[in-house]
Amino acid sequence: MVLVFAENWDGKFKKSTYEAVSYAAEIAKMIGGNCVAVTIGNVSDGDAKQLGKYGASKVLSVKNDKLNGLVSQAYSSVIAQAAQSIGAKAVVISYTYTGKSIAGRLAVKLKAGLAAGASALPSSANPFTVRKKCFSGKGLTDVVITSEIKVVALNPNSYQVNATGADAVVENFNATLNDTDFKVQSKEIKKTSGKIALTEAELVVSAGRGLKAPENWTMVEQLATELGAATACSKPVADVGWRPHHEHVGQTGITIAPNLYIAIGISGAIQHLAGVSSSKVIVAINSDAEAPFFKAADYGIVGDAFEIVPKLIEEVKKLKAHNN
Amino acid sequence: MKFLVCISNVPDTTTKISFTDGKALNSTGVQFIINPYDEMALTRALEIKEAAGGTVTVINVGAANTEPTLRKALAIGADDAIRVNTEPTDAYLVAHQIAEVAKKNNYDVILTGRESIDYNSGQVATMLAEMLNLPCITVATKLEIASNEATLEREIDGGKEVLTSSLPFVASAQKGMAEPRIPNMRGIMAARTKPLQVLEATGDEKLTSSVAYELPPAKQAVKLISKDNVADLVNLLHTEAKVI
Repeated sequence: MVLVFAENWDGKFKKSTYEAVSYAAEIAKMIGGNCVAVTIGNVSDGDAKQLGKYGASKVLSVKNDKLNGLVSQAYSSVIAQAAQSIGAKAVVISYTYTGKSIAGRLAVKLKAGLAAGASALPSSANPFTVRKKCFSGKGLTDVVITSEIKVVALNPNSYQVNATGADAVVENFNATLNDTDFKVQSKEIKKTSGKIALTEAELVVSAGRGLKAPENWTMVEQLATELGAATACSKPVADVGWRPHHEHVGQTGITIAPNLYIAIGISGAIQHLAGVSSSKVIVAINSDAEAPFFKAADYGIVGDAFEIVPKLIEEVKKLKAHNN
Repeated sequence: MKFLVCISNVPDTTTKISFTDGKALNSTGVQFIINPYDEMALTRALEIKEAAGGTVTVINVGAANTEPTLRKALAIGADDAIRVNTEPTDAYLVAHQIAEVAKKNNYDVILTGRESIDYNSGQVATMLAEMLNLPCITVATKLEIASNEATLEREIDGGKEVLTSSLPFVASAQKGMAEPRIPNMRGIMAARTKPLQVLEATGDEKLTSSVAYELPPAKQAVKLISKDNVADLVNLLHTEAKVI
């Protein structure tokens, strides 16, 4: 049996959830048994049964007012109890910030080896071998989990969603909650409102020092809006305060793997590339033809960003207008 | 206030990575440093200690060749260091070693980086917290401690969350928590004589093993488009790459 934690945000699933369920369903085919999903919080039964499409045969729904926020410690306890109740030999979670806050704890509870940040299906079920990135994307490693129970935390945007199944059965699951799991109290949630979250974005427009001043980001934001992309930046730009730190992608910032990464006026230092090298398609726009980014990019334009970006915005507008 | 800061010994961020026979990192010519996120955690611990008093101990699970990295942590300002003498080949093993040390020492705050830049797993903080039955706040960008309560800010999907926790607790540091310090000559001199205790490992249970390594597939050469034909780029992204 395989258990998958189907993460929700305010009761709704996102693509990374469907990726995790699709992935878990494939693992169930490899190791035998069914794929069962567990949801925590206010997910409607109508939404929960949809997980069947992605391969879950059953959904265990845990509803408790104490679990509406991300109480990481209690979440890992609930998931561990669900895993034990179905006799799961493998547990899959998404390696989102939520997943990062529970993965290790869950693994210890189940005395399970953990492959954190898996980027593909296990290459073999026995030994259970999972590929993940290492050295911040500069390498790949095959991790063998040797314990009886396996926990895999799947990187978002690295597995294809597969929606071919039927509705799942939804059951309520009563988990035991311990007071000691509630020592951390949430005081305030600051949502990055109205914008696409960088770690989940399929398209990202990013800019660096080549833009010369913070006010020049208007065109970057406009391009992102036209594309439906998130915005990001390089480290030097975040360091001088032109852009917020949460936009900094790179070795010491956020690691992303979007379908398209457009780098404007970023030279492409090795530390920056470490954070974006997993992007499926990279476009570099830089006035310096020798910029290292051109070695890492799929498409490039050598030239002045202030000339090229406005043209790019116009062309994207035309494409969108044409497609509509 | 007693701090324990967990230090990973990792290749410098500028390292060009290569592997020996696909079995291990080729460490020839590689310079090893304190994992950058661990350094942020260490700096924040020192800032709080300097304001409120206490001690900062650093711990590393590793062989003797990691000691220069621990000495650097002492040069930055840690009071003493512990090295648990075993190869850190599995997160569970590492967390277990640190937990065994922590059980004997009543630390108020245990900090790690949000992940090490070599294995990028970010597992040790939560594993350690579970082993010690402590709360854990991961990917924390802020940490303040006042009258036995900590206030932290952590990254969550789609934003940030402000939280409070009782002490003791475990937290993993993300950029924003503190700006790393460059050790001065006095710190470097003092580090030579600060205590560095070597402990033998407790048990050797591992739950995972990295069996093979390879470099990511090489990129094909970039397709350059003239700056006068920006439309071509949009066209290629739409029809060839199919990403927009």
